[in-house]
Amino acid sequence: METVVFYVFAALALAGGLMVITFKNPVSSALSLVLTLFSTAVLFVLLLADFVAVIQILVYAGAIMVLFLFTVMFLNLKPDALKFESKNLGFKVSILLVILAFEGYFASLGFKKGLIMSSPGASEIEGFGSVQGVGMSLFTDYLLPFELTSILILVAIIGVVIIAKKRAN
Amino acid sequence: MNIGIEHYLVLSAILFVVGAYGVIVRKNLIIVLMSLELMLNASNLAFVAFSNALGDMTGHVFMIMSITVAAAEVAVGLALLVSIYSHRESLDIDILKLLKG
Repeated sequence: METVVFYVFAALALAGGLMVITFKNPVSSALSLVLTLFSTAVLFVLLLADFVAVIQILVYAGAIMVLFLFTVMFLNLKPDALKFESKNLGFKVSILLVILAFEGYFASLGFKKGLIMSSPGASEIEGFGSVQGVGMSLFTDYLLPFELTSILILVAIIGVVIIAKKRAN
Repeated sequence: MNIGIEHYLVLSAILFVVGAYGVIVRKNLIIVLMSLELMLNASNLAFVAFSNALGDMTGHVFMIMSITVAAAEVAVGLALLVSIYSHRESLDIDILKLLKG
């Protein structure tokens, strides 16, 4: 059962990702990205990360994608604003990136071998990935980074307001 | 057959590479931003997979931080994009050459 769910949603996530980078129309790309994000949320549930999966759907697939779609529709793109040919570097780049993928995979496997042998499995820990568990971690060990995040958001808000204001002048 | 962490890591690596391809090759600024989201999402998947394998919830905390950063980045990026479009009437990344040194 778990195997089937993993393969189905991994394939969906991959298909969504490929559609994001191949579609010409930004709206189609945005909707494909929603497919990828949703499939990843299902994989998070398989990894016992319930809270994070909910956050993924609410914030990522909800708020951020609405922002994307809103911008695309707000711009009201003329058809010729999207007509520009990409230069012919796709092949070289894809070879380099395939090498990068193998490197990343083997590096993480080496990392895994050193660390995972002695650690307990996630399913043995009570409340793994629940709101309570993540909240305890977030508000005790990582309280300072969590508070600093609010400063980051404040800076982003001020930056966006200033950029938008300059445009109105 | 059991699904181990390797499967998730392979998927994460492939999704990351797909996103990187979009960032490098595509010329449409909106799609470049979306490919960036794809890369961040792939790294989030690796975080959660390792978190599961290690039995430690730190990866989940990191992933929440990463979502926050992604949200801030998208907000600023899209504001810049709207500003660029109103000046240049195009979203081609190659027109942004004013700082060419």
